[in-house]
Amino acid sequence: MPIRTVMKANEAAAWAAKLAKPKVIAAFPITPSTLVPEKISEFVANGELDAEFIKVESEHSAISACVGASAAGVRTFTATASQGLALMHEVLFIAAGMRLPIVVAVGNRSLSAPINIWNDWQDSISQRDTGWLQFYAENNQEALDLILAAFKVAEDERVLLPAMVGFDAFILTHTVEPVEIPDQEVVDEFLGEYEPKYAYLDPERPITQGTLAFPAHYMEARYTVWQANENAKEVIDEVFAEFEKTFGRKYQKIEKYRTDDAEIIFVTMGSLAGTVKDYVDRLRGQGIKAGAAKLTVYRPFPTEEVRELAKKAKVLALLEKNITFSVGGALFQDFSRALINEKEKPIILDFILGLGGRDVTFQNLDEVLEISRKALNGEKVDEVNWIGLRKEIL
Amino acid sequence: MAVRKPPITTREYWAPGHAACAGCGCATGMKLVTKAFSEAMEEKFGDPNAFAIAHATGCMEVVSAVFPYTAWRAPWVHVAFENAAAAASGIEAAWKKLGRKGKILAFGGDGGTADIGMQALSGMLERRHNVVYVMYDNEAYMNTGIQRSSSTPYGAWTTTSPPGKYSIGEDKPKKWVALIAAAHQVPYVATASIGNPFDLVRKVKKAAKVDGPAFVQMHCTCPTGWKTPLEKGVEIARLAIETGIWPLFEIENGDFFNIKIQPPGGGAKVKREGGRIVAIEFKKPIEEYLKPQGRFKHLFKRPEAIDEMREQIKAMWKTLGVDVTLPKPEE
Ligand SMILES: Cc1ncc(C[n+]2csc(CCOP(=O)(O)OP(=O)(O)O)c2C)c(N)n1
Ligand code: SF4
Repeated sequence: MPIRTVMKANEAAAWAAKLAKPKVIAAFPITPSTLVPEKISEFVANGELDAEFIKVESEHSAISACVGASAAGVRTFTATASQGLALMHEVLFIAAGMRLPIVVAVGNRSLSAPINIWNDWQDSISQRDTGWLQFYAENNQEALDLILAAFKVAEDERVLLPAMVGFDAFILTHTVEPVEIPDQEVVDEFLGEYEPKYAYLDPERPITQGTLAFPAHYMEARYTVWQANENAKEVIDEVFAEFEKTFGRKYQKIEKYRTDDAEIIFVTMGSLAGTVKDYVDRLRGQGIKAGAAKLTVYRPFPTEEVRELAKKAKVLALLEKNITFSVGGALFQDFSRALINEKEKPIILDFILGLGGRDVTFQNLDEVLEISRKALNGEKVDEVNWIGLRKEIL
Repeated sequence: MAVRKPPITTREYWAPGHAACAGCGCATGMKLVTKAFSEAMEEKFGDPNAFAIAHATGCMEVVSAVFPYTAWRAPWVHVAFENAAAAASGIEAAWKKLGRKGKILAFGGDGGTADIGMQALSGMLERRHNVVYVMYDNEAYMNTGIQRSSSTPYGAWTTTSPPGKYSIGEDKPKKWVALIAAAHQVPYVATASIGNPFDLVRKVKKAAKVDGPAFVQMHCTCPTGWKTPLEKGVEIARLAIETGIWPLFEIENGDFFNIKIQPPGGGAKVKREGGRIVAIEFKKPIEEYLKPQGRFKHLFKRPEAIDEMREQIKAMWKTLGVDVTLPKPEE
């Protein structure tokens, strides 16, 4: 019987790791993810998880050790955030290029300077070109579930790419919520033992990994990472379907909420999706045709689903906690790309909010609504809008 | 006819076909280290192939693993420049969990070890991973075109320590990573050199057989970066030992009071106390080592720099507990 209990997302992530039974975990503490390695060390100390836990001296070494272990053919896991993820950046490319299905839990946190430990998505968004798959959790249950799903997608022969699962700093990492912990046997059935098909640092079948590639081969290597990302789209659908069958919880790359007949759809990720759904409920109560959509999967980018979604609305209001300079937010760029050649497309507006842990309030969302409605009425508005800026301290 | 047993296994792990420069002493080092490692694995586990290699970015990595070819006949992985020790930690942990017997060998150049990889090395040693880390010390960043490292010796020319009106070349004394490694009180630390292959093989075997981490700093020549004749690698490496430039020592369990020093040869007079070398009177002046190397050419117009080098060598030996006298060349 699955256990219904309450826990923080950090604990949920540690539980997911325990259930996935990685053989090697290497981690370094950073707020807000520290509890993940702490909890895992408890599991290991109590004999509840039979893994080697390497208490490395930095995140760079954490991910490097994961690459070493994964190259040796075992399931590996780590957790980090913010500066820690940034310190891993170099090796994230390597893990993807070497096609190693490592899973990393990310307690999404802003980046310095100024130093700020609270939530936004800049850390993992900044890793979007590394080749890693990216999942974002709305709540603690999703943090647990998506880590399990991420392992299954990552290890699929058609994918073989590392994956990160993000959950918002403090809003989720440190907040206690109801979580259902699935049965170990059911997870075992769902995930299976990780048995890589190829020889991995096996003296019986020695192979060379992590080579140098001249211009004659490098491009093809990058292309296979591209292809694997594309393949992941279908694999994710399959894994989500199997997940629903096994655990009874349904996931989609893009989850739609009250989008039928919507004129304005608010699109977001992570825990903000919860707030936005509530907000949409309120608007519907006022007779305003609004809907919400949540990206559960950000990489591979669900282009087809975005095109489908775009058919449903006149305005897509993107709410994002990250910036890409000269663009606005990363989602704005991704959505624009997905829709640029569509014959009919909605107005796409970008809203930067909630950076560095600033609360996103209904008042903020009212502002988003107002700008979106103006656009809907043909008035000229800014494409990129910073919401909730304290102009008085600028 | 009686067939003599070869002094070292004829098995090859560093296979012909790598792309190192002609006369590369580090390539010789790769060959010797892997052979010695294999012998140790055979003696310890009954399986000569019971090892895997983690390699740092650098000359020896890029010349040996150019896709779709490989010079390696052992399981081998390269991750990045600064993390061979961390990657090796992960492999070792994985092997432990897989129940695979054997040992992990890590290779890093002086740059990948003394500089950017120092933290990962320290972490790996401190955590007591069952890994032998071999730093092949060609005393500069050769892969990127001969820039100085913290292991570049005093006075040497490199592209980032050029001699000039206000510069004698590299102006800092060499950093001895072996001593830093030994401070971690790991089971085994040694310096070695391709200039004394028997000693090198013995030490690598010893390192491979201890339980826990071991570190070997191996002096290896680079004709390209040192500007030396191609065929003189081993000879020059031996001169480094015989002139006092390169001490050969072993430190077990961080016991600095029991440093084992190999006598340098080259006519040096060795004084012992209770079996331990306490003084060495070198017979060959360091100039014999410096002379055939283009990287030190400019020093011969700056004899005060060579004298300073002598002082630094003495100080380094002093750290090892040995008083040395270094001769000046006869006029
Ligand atoms: C993070 C990072 N910085 C710089 C480099 C460029 N780089 C590659 S190899 C190398 C020098 C290698 O020097 P060393 O470790 O001494 O080995 P050698 O090439 O001399 O054998 C440098 C600077 C890199 N690959 N990664
Ligand atoms: S540059 Fe030096 S170390 Fe590198 S391959 Fe050539 S000789 Fe060997």
